Amino acid sequence: MASSLIADPTSSSHNLYSFSPSDQTASDIRQHSFYPYTDNGGSTLGITGNDFAILAGDTRSTSGYSINSRYAPKVYRIGGEDETGEGAHIVLSLVGYAADGTALQERLNTVVKMYKYQHGKRMTVKACAQRLATILYSKRFFPYYVQAILAGLDEDGRGALYSYDPVGSYEREQCRAAGAAASLIMPFLDNQVNFKNQYMPGSGEGHDLHAKQAEPLPRQEVERLVKDAFTSATERHIEVGDGLQMLIVTAKGVEETFYPLKRD
Amino acid sequence: MNHLPQAWGRPRDDIYGHYDPSHLQTAGPNAHTQQPIVTGTSVLAVKFKDGIVIAADNLASYGSLARFTHVHRLRPFNDRALVGFGGDISDMQYLDRLLNSLDVNENYGSPGHVLNAQNLHTYLSKVMYKRRSDMNPLWNSMLVVGLDGDDKPFLSSVDLLGTTFSSPTLATGFGGHLAQPLLRKLADDESQVKDVTREKAVAAVQECMKVLFYRDARSLDSYSIAVITKEGGVELKEDEQLEGQSWAFADTIRGYGTQVN
Amino acid sequence: MPGFDFSNHNRNAALHAQGVPLPKATSTGTTIVGCIFDGGVVIAADTRATSGPIVADKNCEKLHYIAPQIWCAGAGTAADTEFTTALISSNLELHSLSTGRKPRVVTVMTMLKQHLFRYQGYIGAYLVVAGVDPTGVGLFTVHAHGSTDKLPYVTMGSGSLAAMAVFETQWKQKLTREEAIKLTSDAIQAGIFNDLGSGSNVDVCVITKDMTTMMRNYIKPNQREQKQKSYKFPRGTTAVLNEKIITKEEISKYVTVQELSSDDDVVVVEKMDIDQ
Repeated sequence: MASSLIADPTSSSHNLYSFSPSDQTASDIRQHSFYPYTDNGGSTLGITGNDFAILAGDTRSTSGYSINSRYAPKVYRIGGEDETGEGAHIVLSLVGYAADGTALQERLNTVVKMYKYQHGKRMTVKACAQRLATILYSKRFFPYYVQAILAGLDEDGRGALYSYDPVGSYEREQCRAAGAAASLIMPFLDNQVNFKNQYMPGSGEGHDLHAKQAEPLPRQEVERLVKDAFTSATERHIEVGDGLQMLIVTAKGVEETFYPLKRD
Repeated sequence: MNHLPQAWGRPRDDIYGHYDPSHLQTAGPNAHTQQPIVTGTSVLAVKFKDGIVIAADNLASYGSLARFTHVHRLRPFNDRALVGFGGDISDMQYLDRLLNSLDVNENYGSPGHVLNAQNLHTYLSKVMYKRRSDMNPLWNSMLVVGLDGDDKPFLSSVDLLGTTFSSPTLATGFGGHLAQPLLRKLADDESQVKDVTREKAVAAVQECMKVLFYRDARSLDSYSIAVITKEGGVELKEDEQLEGQSWAFADTIRGYGTQVN
Repeated sequence: MPGFDFSNHNRNAALHAQGVPLPKATSTGTTIVGCIFDGGVVIAADTRATSGPIVADKNCEKLHYIAPQIWCAGAGTAADTEFTTALISSNLELHSLSTGRKPRVVTVMTMLKQHLFRYQGYIGAYLVVAGVDPTGVGLFTVHAHGSTDKLPYVTMGSGSLAAMAVFETQWKQKLTREEAIKLTSDAIQAGIFNDLGSGSNVDVCVITKDMTTMMRNYIKPNQREQKQKSYKFPRGTTAVLNEKIITKEEISKYVTVQELSSDDDVVVVEKMDIDQ
C-alpha cells in the first residue's frame, strides 16, 4: 500500500476516548478537548486472481476494550441497488473510524451511481479508484480516518485491487491487508501469495537458487488463505473476531459468504 | 460624550474601572461544547421476537450531584419509533425539539407517510456526524428503537462522533460494561432473537437496571421503560421503581482487612 | 542495598522527555474473581495475557501459589503480579517457619498491602487473595496503591464489570461448592466474551479446610479449529547461502558430548503445543 504521509491521527494521548481529561490549560484560550476521531478496530484483506477479486473483513466493531457489535460489516458493494446492493460490480472495504467509513462509502456509492445515470455505462474500476483517491485527498487537512481497499474486475476481466492511505495515496496490487491486524496478516500474504522468501528446492546452490515465481492463485486456494489469515489474526489480535465476511467479485457479479470466528 | 464609537454604551472606565473586553468575544475562537454538563447515564435495549424493550433511569446528574430526579430520557417520536438518550441533557432537549419539528414537517409535507425507526436513525446519525465534523458535537449517545420499513423490530445506536452500529442487544455508557454482558446471554446473535419473548426481554432489562443501580454511581432506582410492538405501538411507562433489590451480602461484611466484629 | 535498582532513572527520564516511549510491559488485561462458599473459597481467572492490542500469551497462569491453602489471582502488569506474589510467598514461608504456625490469609493481605503501599502504585499488581486458615475462610482484593477490601464475592481486572454483573444477578448466601464453581466460571466467561482484555480458558482453584484443588483449564471454550491449509514447506525452500560443518571432535573442545544410543533414549525436555 501507499505509504502513510501523515502521522496517525489517533496516536499519542488521544487514544481511546473522544476527549482527554487533562487538556485544560491556564491559558486564556481554551483548547478543544473534543477529539473528532475514534478507532473501531478490526481488519480487512483483499486478494486478486485471474478472473476474480476477493475482499474480506471481520465483523467486530470495538471501542477501547468493549465490543460495540459482533456484526458490523466493513465491506461494501459499490454501485448497486439501494437496500440490497444488487447489481454492484465494485467492492470497497473501509477500516478505521467507522463513521468516516460509512460517510465515505455513501459518497463513493453516489458517485458511481450518478456516473451510470449520466453516462449510461458502468464506471470502470480504474476510474472509480482514481475518484476515490480524489475524494480522500479533498479532505487532506481533516482526513477520513480510514484505510481503504477497492476491488473489482478490470477492462480485461482480471481481478483488480487498489489500496489507499487515509489521504488518498494509492496503488494497484495483488494483495493487501489493512486495519488493526495488518502487520500480522501482511507478512503471511507476502509469503503465501507472492511467495516472498520461498525458493525452488534444488534449483541451484546458494545465491543461484531460483525464487519461487508468484502467479495468480485459484479462487478456492485464496478463500482458504483468507480464512487462515483471519483465524490466525483472531488468535493474536484482541480487536479481530466474531465473524468473517467475504465479498467475491466475478464476471457473474458479487457473491457474499459469512464464516463465524471466535468471539473472545 | 466620548467620541470613540467603541466606548459608546459601555460603562465609563473612570467610574466603573476598566471594562473587561473578553466578554465581547472580539477575538478568539467560538466556544463550542467542550464537555457535557448535566448528564444522563446508560440506556439499555433488547430486541425480542415481535418488538423491542428499552429502558433508562430518570436521573440527570450535575457532575457527581444527583441534580434532577424526574428527567425522562426516553422520547417517543411517533407510534413506531422512540429515542433513548444518554449524555448531555441540554443537547437531548435540543435534539428532542429538532425531532419534533421534523415530525411536524413530515406530517404537513407528506400526509399518510410516517417515518419509521430506521429513517429516524439515519436522520439522527447524519445530524450527529455533521456536528462532529463541524467540531461542534452534540454530546450524546443514543439508542433508536422501533419498527423498520417491514414492521420488523429495529435497534441501532448513534453517538457524538456519528458512529453507528446495531446488535440484538445494546447499552450505552456504563451499561455497555455492566448490562451488555448480561443481555448478550439472552441473544448474542440475530438468529437467537426469535426465541426471546416479551416477558423474558422485559425481565432481563429490569434485572440489568438493578445491577446498574448497584454499581453505577450516577444511576437512580426510578426509571422509564418502553415496549414497542406492531400491535401495541409505543407503550411507555415513565415512573417505574426498581423491585426486589438484594443487599443480603451487606450484613456479613466486617471492615476491609484484619477487622473482626 | 536490597530492593530495586534505580540507577537508570535519570537517564530514562531524560530519554522520555525527548519522546522515547516507555518499553511496553506485558499486562494481564484480565478477568479475575473470587467467591466464598459454605466451607471454602473459589478463585478463578481467564488465561489471556496482552501487550497493547496483541495477545502475548493465549494460555498463561494467573492463579499464583502463596501457601498450600492460600492462593492469589493477579491482574495488572504480569511481572509485578508474578514477583510480588513470589516475594510474599517466600516471606510467608519464613514467617510460618519461625512462628511454627500455619500461615493466615490476613497476614498475606497485610504483607501485600504494606509492600504495595510502599511503592505508591508503581508496582502494578491488582490481586485477589483467597484461602483457608485456622481462623476460617478469607477473601480479599488488594489494589496496586495498597487499599484492600473484604467481600463475599470480588472481581478485578478489565473484565471486572462483566464478571461483577454476573455476581450481582446470580450470587446468593450459602452457596455449595459446585454452585460456587459454576458461578465463578460463569463470571470469568462473561469477561472472556465481553472484554477484549480477557480471553481463552478458565482456570479455577478451590480451597477448603482439607485441601486445595487447582483446576487448570477447567473450561476451554475457545479451542482453535483446524486450519484450512497445511503450511509445511518442502525441504530446500529456504536459501542456504553458506554452509559450515562443525565436527564432533571440534565442538568437544568447548562442551561435553554425550552419545545417545537409540531414539528411545531421547528425552523430551519440554513439549510445546504448536502444530501438534
